[in-house]
Amino acid sequence: MIDHGLEDPGMNVHEYQGKQILKKYGVVVPNGHVAFSPEEAVEAAERLGGDLWVVKAQIHAGGRGKAGGVKLARSLDEVKAHATELIGKKLVTHQTGPEGKEVKRLLIEEGLPIEKEYYVGVVIDRSTHRVVMMASEEGGTEIEEVAEKNPEKIFKEVIDPAVGMMPFQATRLAYSINIPKDKIKQAVKFMLALYQAFVENDCSLAEINPLITTTDGRVMALDAKLNFDSNALFRHKDILEMRDLDEEDPKEIEASKYDLSYIALDGNIGCMVNGAGLAMATMDIIKHVGGEPANFLDVGGGATEDKVREAFKIILSDPNVKGIFVNIFGGIMKCDVIANGVVGAAKQIGLDRPLVVRLEGTNVELGKKILNESGLDIVAADSMEDGAKKIVELVK
Amino acid sequence: MSIFVNKDTKVITQGITGATGLFHTKQALEYGTKVVGGVTPGKGGTEVEGVPVFNTVREAVAATGANASVIYVPPAFAADSIMEAVDAELDLVVCITEGIPVLDMVKVKRYMEGKKTRLIGPNCPGVITPGECKIGIMPGYIHQPGHVGIVSRSGTLTYEAVHQLSTRGIGQSTAVGIGGDPVNGTDFIDCLRAFEADPETKAVVMIGEIGGTAEEEAAEWIKANMTKPVVGFIGGQTAPPGKRMGHAGAIISGGKGTAAEKIATLKRCGVTVAPTPSVIGETLVNVLKERGLLDACTTGK
Repeated sequence: MIDHGLEDPGMNVHEYQGKQILKKYGVVVPNGHVAFSPEEAVEAAERLGGDLWVVKAQIHAGGRGKAGGVKLARSLDEVKAHATELIGKKLVTHQTGPEGKEVKRLLIEEGLPIEKEYYVGVVIDRSTHRVVMMASEEGGTEIEEVAEKNPEKIFKEVIDPAVGMMPFQATRLAYSINIPKDKIKQAVKFMLALYQAFVENDCSLAEINPLITTTDGRVMALDAKLNFDSNALFRHKDILEMRDLDEEDPKEIEASKYDLSYIALDGNIGCMVNGAGLAMATMDIIKHVGGEPANFLDVGGGATEDKVREAFKIILSDPNVKGIFVNIFGGIMKCDVIANGVVGAAKQIGLDRPLVVRLEGTNVELGKKILNESGLDIVAADSMEDGAKKIVELVK
Repeated sequence: MSIFVNKDTKVITQGITGATGLFHTKQALEYGTKVVGGVTPGKGGTEVEGVPVFNTVREAVAATGANASVIYVPPAFAADSIMEAVDAELDLVVCITEGIPVLDMVKVKRYMEGKKTRLIGPNCPGVITPGECKIGIMPGYIHQPGHVGIVSRSGTLTYEAVHQLSTRGIGQSTAVGIGGDPVNGTDFIDCLRAFEADPETKAVVMIGEIGGTAEEEAAEWIKANMTKPVVGFIGGQTAPPGKRMGHAGAIISGGKGTAAEKIATLKRCGVTVAPTPSVIGETLVNVLKERGLLDACTTGK
């Protein structure tokens, strides 16, 4: 079984950025340049030289190859033609959703004489609480698929953080996946460098799929996917600068500015909750009583009136939202603070949709009083189920 | 009786002079917790809320005889604080701090191997034995002393469950929030084992959520070892895959860690699962009735 560990989507970078990072650690990557227009693409190909290039769409999603986002070019004219076609195109892969993602950047790389493709991935394994490197001979396909069909073809090394990855571990992996004898040393060097890049940059995932050997004797990363632990970005300003806001939901970006945890969903009931567990449970109960949540939103434990107001604005900016359910269990977060935030936001923005509020916990009576005396049309609920039923009825 | 903490637990607060540390130290003192000291490097020799402050954990332990600590220091320094407490050989360290880099926690876990200290958290509400000792950020007044143990990956959802129990007159032996991070100290099985061994605990409520396989492992452990009834709930039944739901560890990735999978395993292992978060209390009452434990567990009202 593959525990894909901590696939934290918090911070993602493009392939070309991931490769730039890896290169610094001695992970061999193909020569390449980023291009934002067909002209730049041709220029990049000229700089690379040779007679074979790969034009790769740069979006934050896997499955680009199958979706037509990776093209071979045998002349500069072909480079230009592919680049013209790809820039501005909406690429639909199994990871983008049906709406797809617009291509704004390309990676132009040298073409390589591929001998064989392999898989190497690094994750943080929850059960051992260690960094684990996985490798397989089945490169090019998704590791989940390999795990399902040929689990015996995946090899793992659990790494002791006190000493880091040892050469014998990389050697064992390289032999296990049948890297040709003459390239074992290079593969070992590659894996050790990959581990170093992973830990020094606080990655949560590093996936090289495929790792290739070439007929002219090289071992390199043909593709690279790096994710970073969002909790560690404070010590990696260089990586934070690589964040591409075009790849993120504008409401999620707005929420992150106020330190709110927000995820857009498909339904029509906006939710505002304190605490991630209760926020998930609130989505569950809405669905249970026949409604569809429009978002996950955790205002956190120490929310201020300002934060509550911003959260409210973000919810209301979603045109799909037909009603709002506020579910708060005050601990450190006092109910009167929430009530003041809700009333302030509703008065400032204008409340044009039904609002159900359930308050419980610290200063609950004071909170209820503030809501009752606000003069706003707020429906009070006694429990989370009661609140969920009321909002579902109101948005019908 | 209870697990992990009781009326004799002597606690120091690491990060006592920060706003959060100070606020919750006051709350703990009001609740009756024996907070015997605090640590903030550079503030040694001063006093806050009548509690002496020390520069290091070692000094604080030597002067006060503390056997537990609670950590409210910022995420960049929290791993170091945990290791300092482990080095001082405390029995228990509760780390409330949210947002610690996961590779820092990988190092902490390695450091703790072979040491005596139990870590609860990080990114958790803490642990409370009602009426005796509150270590953490949970609102004390919703709890009642009693015989039902609670273990949870979530904070506010735990309060919700406790509230549903207390309003039905069902008190708690100890409530433990193990936290929502993928690499943490105490896990479900540690708590279940302690509850099973605690003569005062008669039943357990276990609250899990999407992500990882900790609930499945706990379910198998329950099936093999637990004689006391367990009621479960799993949050995130409607969570979409690939999205991190607030908690660092709450994510369905590669098709694994879904609520449906966890619920099915829990049921197969004999755990009664509450279908919605609003019926956790009701589900427990029904189970207690069936097992003839309701009277014994009704301690309040």
